Amino acid sequence: MVAKKGNQYDPVKALQLIESQFDMVQILNEEGKIVDKDLDPKLPDEELVELMNRMVYTRILDQRSISLNRQGRLGFYAPTAGQEASQLASQYVLEKDDFILPGYRDVPQLLFHGWPLHMAFLWSRGHYAGSVIPDGLNIFPPQIIIGAQYIQAAGVGLGFKKKGQKSVVITYTGDGGTSQGDFYEGLNFAGAYKVPAIFVIQNNQYAISTHRDVQTAAKTLAQKGVAAGVPSVLVDGMDPLAVYVATRDARERAVNGDGPTLIETMCYRYGPHTMAGDDPTRYRTSDVDNEWEKRDPIVRFRTYLEAKGIWSKEQEEKVIERAKEEIKEAIKKADAQPKQKATDFMKIMYKGEMPFNLQEQLDAYAGKESN
Amino acid sequence: MAELTMIQAITDALRTELKTDENVLLFGEDVGANGGVFRATEGLHKEFGEERVFDTPLAESGIGGLAIGLALTGFRPIMEIQFFGFLFEVMDSVSGQIARMNFRTGGHFNAPITIRAPFGGGVATPEMHADSLEGLVAAQPGLTVVIPSTPYDAKGLLISAIKSDDPVIFLEHMKLYRSFRQEVPEEEYTIPLGKADVKREGKDLTIVTYGAMVQESLKAAEALEKENYSVEVIDLRTIQPLDIETIIQSVEKTNRAIVVQEAQRQAGIAANVVAEITERAILSLEAPVMRVTAPDTVYPFAAGENTWLPNAKDIAAKAREVLTF
Repeated sequence: MVAKKGNQYDPVKALQLIESQFDMVQILNEEGKIVDKDLDPKLPDEELVELMNRMVYTRILDQRSISLNRQGRLGFYAPTAGQEASQLASQYVLEKDDFILPGYRDVPQLLFHGWPLHMAFLWSRGHYAGSVIPDGLNIFPPQIIIGAQYIQAAGVGLGFKKKGQKSVVITYTGDGGTSQGDFYEGLNFAGAYKVPAIFVIQNNQYAISTHRDVQTAAKTLAQKGVAAGVPSVLVDGMDPLAVYVATRDARERAVNGDGPTLIETMCYRYGPHTMAGDDPTRYRTSDVDNEWEKRDPIVRFRTYLEAKGIWSKEQEEKVIERAKEEIKEAIKKADAQPKQKATDFMKIMYKGEMPFNLQEQLDAYAGKESN
Repeated sequence: MAELTMIQAITDALRTELKTDENVLLFGEDVGANGGVFRATEGLHKEFGEERVFDTPLAESGIGGLAIGLALTGFRPIMEIQFFGFLFEVMDSVSGQIARMNFRTGGHFNAPITIRAPFGGGVATPEMHADSLEGLVAAQPGLTVVIPSTPYDAKGLLISAIKSDDPVIFLEHMKLYRSFRQEVPEEEYTIPLGKADVKREGKDLTIVTYGAMVQESLKAAEALEKENYSVEVIDLRTIQPLDIETIIQSVEKTNRAIVVQEAQRQAGIAANVVAEITERAILSLEAPVMRVTAPDTVYPFAAGENTWLPNAKDIAAKAREVLTF
């Protein structure tokens, strides 16, 4: 016999109650209209323009990166088109001393935090010089292990807290990443220690080919924060204003000592998972693609800014030209980087003294390399 | 000078470094008020406070991530894995992230992280506690792996590990925690990482070993002395990198060697030692270099572990085989 516990015993209802709390927040709709005046951040015109500049720039960078990859002039590349609002409106909130722990698709946020473009290209090509982060720049190179950045974010946040530093750490993963144990451990540690951290899930619907619905029975990914006692929100990830507001508020809570926040941004990646042979037509239909393209972050933001009279075709052309020019320059700079040698790898293994075995190997390889 | 057990010497080293460097943080499961399941961190929470010595949620991978994040913000973390058998839960942080930190960022970030963990057989633990998994981490470039066998060495090596700007795995054999006492200086001292120690000098045979097998090898050497064999015992202390110089000097003197480890034959680092000796000193050898190891099974159930673990008798028998080859 199950003991009666009155109205409190209804696990189904308890779950439904939680799930009903996670309606998607939207401020700027697909038509470029403000649909939630209360939440509108009312950013000054120049900030709206700057956010648009960054999104346009990143779309061009994505197109050029794909073609440079096809020409063999870039290496590993994970396309970003469709995710500009999720990536750039969240980064836009950050201060210089805030720390970014990215996934491998999060190159744009690193660039706007200060990572030089030619270094991103070197990283893509598989040259270690790309990851020698300039001093004072608080970023980690793109993480490859899905979820590892989440547990590390808890540590960076705890470090800030211990130092009394009013900075936050922000980390990104995708919908697939929320299935990892490290996703839960990172959130849980961050909540338990109440650290200044922002955890972003860019839910672009697919983990390579596996649809988000296969990942979990949870109705939303945002609700996963509830179990860890972490404030959580689901936003339209193709709405730059909704992403901006959610991240801004999360940052404010964090620096005020109120702990971490989990943000799910509902978005889509138009391109393949990476340029290493993924074919999205095997797992997506063009109908679905078209449906999402109607929600495009740049299209809706353009409509919004044009209606405000602060954006024009000429302005957009200028950004595009600047992007192309800077990409060209960055490729040149990356090309000028000396090739890597086996001895270079040996020299960067340890901060301290090189152990005997490696020193011996270094001597042997140095001899070969000088021939 | 105080006579300390190995675990007391470890606590002493932790206290010394918490005092010396305010960036040193100590954390893990139950290391705070409880003082650790073996009392290795006894009194440190009280002495240094919650900011410096603290409990973590029960998740090894999270502990690894925490250490990395703290290192990225300028701290010098000492993380405890409650038992090294739980290594698999935190393997990505250890081998995938911590070991590569300096390499991956071309020296921009480093990982001055000390990973402490008890391990080793003979103390009747449940499964997944006693395994000798040192070979797994020794195989990962970027990690230094230390296994002390005496209280004096434990303190000096642990202080060196904490001071190291590169990650060090510091493995504490559970059977050695309280098995004997030794004079340990009160002040701070270091023992260089990567340097072996000749625990007993001899001229007929070299035993290369580490961890709890050092004591077993010394017992074997005593037994063999009664048979007029003079046996040298080298305690590696650091199993990665190997102190090849000390090993080769000894073998060139004795012309015979065995390598002893508690780990299975297919695990540990004995095969590495044999390979190094063979490559570097083959012409000095009068006999093949042989190994004394546990057999290639999973670590056994507690009631049977003493039939499985190598002991002084096994070592003496293998030594005689090599001495009379």
